[in-house]
Amino acid sequence: MIKRLFCGAVAALGMVSAASAADTPASLMAHYAQAAGIPVAALSAARGAALYRAEHPGRNAQTASCASCHTANPQQPGRSRVGKRIEPLAPAANPERFTDAAKVEKWFRRNCGDVLQRECSAREKGDFIAWLSQVQ
Amino acid sequence: MNYLLRGIGVLAAVGTFSLLAFSLPSGEAHGDGGGDALPRLTHKAWQQECASCHIAYAPAFLPKASWQRVMGGLGQHFGEDASLDPATQADILRFLEINAADAGSSRIGRKVMQRMDAQDAPLRITESRWFVRKHDEVPRAAWSRKSVGSAANCAACHRQAEQGVFDDDSVRIPK
Repeated sequence: MIKRLFCGAVAALGMVSAASAADTPASLMAHYAQAAGIPVAALSAARGAALYRAEHPGRNAQTASCASCHTANPQQPGRSRVGKRIEPLAPAANPERFTDAAKVEKWFRRNCGDVLQRECSAREKGDFIAWLSQVQ
Repeated sequence: MNYLLRGIGVLAAVGTFSLLAFSLPSGEAHGDGGGDALPRLTHKAWQQECASCHIAYAPAFLPKASWQRVMGGLGQHFGEDASLDPATQADILRFLEINAADAGSSRIGRKVMQRMDAQDAPLRITESRWFVRKHDEVPRAAWSRKSVGSAANCAACHRQAEQGVFDDDSVRIPK
């Protein structure tokens, strides 16, 4: 009896912790599509890929893109400017990606500002995830 | 004869005392894990946030005033946006201040402060006189190797830097 209660409590705790990290690439795409006022189906993986690869004026007369740090292939690990390994960005290679809305927003805020010199729109964020989540 | 015996006795006493004094661990050195090892610190936000792009640099490498400058300028953190929500930022700063070089809580910190003027607050660990002196044997060319990237990449050579191990034996400068 006690054992069964204990197991029940453990299962309930597991469900609570799973619920707090319940974001998925699909749920984030839905969120950004809604914020952009478009249906999820209107998000474009092709536009997301173009956003990832677009070169912008960067520091020291060099160009900057998402690929500068995350590499041309988002299934590969990248490297920060200081040289630290960045885990792959594509969920196919790194299932932890796009599972925490706060973390996703934090990095869009920082990296869109650094690379594009502006904020990314909700549609751009949705496109970006649409592309990365279909990279195999 | 008497004097001789007394002399031997004194020598033996001094010898025993100094043997004990030098072989017994000194509380200070071993409190930090001995030698140049860093205090083992755990702080969730510090490890999670600061170690996203570089290793979580030990707070004992810079004084409080430096950490206040670093944490006050995260929007332009060495040319990158590393901004945090205000609660996380305050939480990490508190941790850095408590364990800073001038907080008196670590042996490394005291060594860093010995070579730093009281009003100094460098933004980079690599600017401190302690760091420069510690690395004076490293050839200039090694810093700019692609495998190293920059002097901020401690783990390129200090292979166990992420575990806080910086002793000379664990150093391998990559080609």
